[in-house]
Amino acid sequence: MASTAPPVDDAPQFVTPPPAVRSVLRHHWLVRATHWLNAIAIIILLMTGLNIFGAHPRLYWGDAGSVDQRTRVWLETGASPPWNNPSGWIDIAGQRFDTTGFIGVSEKPTGGINFVAFPHWATLPSMRDLATARTWHFFAAWLLILNGLAWLLHGAATGRLWREILPSPAQLSPAHLWHDIVEHAKLRFPKGEAALSYEVLQRLAYAGVTLILIPTVILTGLAMSPGMDAAWPFLDALWGGRQSARSVHFIAMAGIAGFLILHLLLVILSGPFRQVGAMITGRMTIGGEK
Amino acid sequence: MIRRRQLLAALPAGLLLSGCDALTRNPTAKAIVESGEQATYRWQRLVGRDGLAREFSAADISPVFKVNGTHAPTNPEWQRLAAGGFADWRLKVTGLVARELSLSLADLKRLPQRSQITRHDCVEGWSAIGGWTGPQLSHILKAAGLRDGARYIVFLCADDYGGEASKGGLQSSSRYYESVDLVDAFHPQTILAHSLNQQPLSTGNGAPVRLRVERQLGYKQAKYLMQIVVADSLAPFGGGHGGYWPDRGYEWYAGT
Repeated sequence: MASTAPPVDDAPQFVTPPPAVRSVLRHHWLVRATHWLNAIAIIILLMTGLNIFGAHPRLYWGDAGSVDQRTRVWLETGASPPWNNPSGWIDIAGQRFDTTGFIGVSEKPTGGINFVAFPHWATLPSMRDLATARTWHFFAAWLLILNGLAWLLHGAATGRLWREILPSPAQLSPAHLWHDIVEHAKLRFPKGEAALSYEVLQRLAYAGVTLILIPTVILTGLAMSPGMDAAWPFLDALWGGRQSARSVHFIAMAGIAGFLILHLLLVILSGPFRQVGAMITGRMTIGGEK
Repeated sequence: MIRRRQLLAALPAGLLLSGCDALTRNPTAKAIVESGEQATYRWQRLVGRDGLAREFSAADISPVFKVNGTHAPTNPEWQRLAAGGFADWRLKVTGLVARELSLSLADLKRLPQRSQITRHDCVEGWSAIGGWTGPQLSHILKAAGLRDGARYIVFLCADDYGGEASKGGLQSSSRYYESVDLVDAFHPQTILAHSLNQQPLSTGNGAPVRLRVERQLGYKQAKYLMQIVVADSLAPFGGGHGGYWPDRGYEWYAGT
């Protein structure tokens, strides 16, 4: 290419390098809008979901399961005497963990003992209220689904999904993965131009949540609906029965909650004002970092 | 620096938590989130209007079919009928019908019977599998003949129910009732069951007859049936929301 271009004169070429400090459009408006709607939906779903779980704090494998079928229980929360000073616990696969103050037994906002699976500050509404929790849960579920579809269609249409979210084969090489793990462990985050694209661990986390965990909670949620199971019989078959779907729903929820904590922690560690600002305005100033 | 940030983060979080409960009681917010039920109802009618609930084999039947809700009605009328082995029990079919009916247990058993082993899904989260036998509701409705304007089938029960502490929320006592639309009323798996696992219904499971509407949650499966009313509106019944639990904030359409 360059060889075919005839030399014009000796005047210097105007190849202006990008300024060292510049503001770039980091996030498309649709990505920003769906991010925050998703945040609202997920927080409502998590908190109402923990309230709903409190109505029957047991998980089973298979099609059916109730208090009359103890053999199918693999997770349960509860409380043990003395009742003036009870202990809260969670049983997971036959192993008991003391969770007094958090799971099984917690303090009421007004003081006093609350015998409920999850404490008032983690649930919506804060008190036991299955009806209200369900109404909000299903509204937020619609929001999660429609919002997620908009994000997915936009990502697929623009190619952003594979350019920005899915890790490239080169990024998945063991050496590269190890490098990124070390960088994260040292809390060294990409600066300058490198901050304009996600690193491999970040991509794996985002792809894992958006393409695996969220579709899993949606499909297991639908599999718990008797109406949807009749409409689409593959739904509960996919998980090995409705109670298995309820169990997987809970496990995927725990995965999303874990991601949320990690995500917030890394945003705080890597410059919360810059990161949150970019997700609100779309613009990020790069270069000139310390 | 971190401490100030933590403080800045904790302040709105605290306000948010106390604000969330207030938001759930705000009428506008309530109306918005309740629109989700309509969306679900329309969506399920669109994709699965004629879908059949899965039927299981005898080997899948739960060892105990959990009794929930009323365990034994205190209503003296029901107790008198139960003492007589339900020989005097009559299921009345009234409302927007061409012919009012009054059916004995023997009348119901003379109709073509349907047996189905299905999964009962409680709103609380548990499930139990049982085998139900009884006539299809559609046979009875056709015998009565629906008049113009019929939109809902309302089931009036014998039991006064006082609520359920594990569910939280509003707790108050009243006569149990439920209702379905005509799509579910004429669905082939919607039956008036008089038997569970080939035994007459026990007191706890709704003797002498309970509704089975298999594509909806457990609270729709009204027990201790006394009367069926064909109606154009749910407003005249109970609290006007079409059922004991719907009057207490639960979805009327419980296919969810």
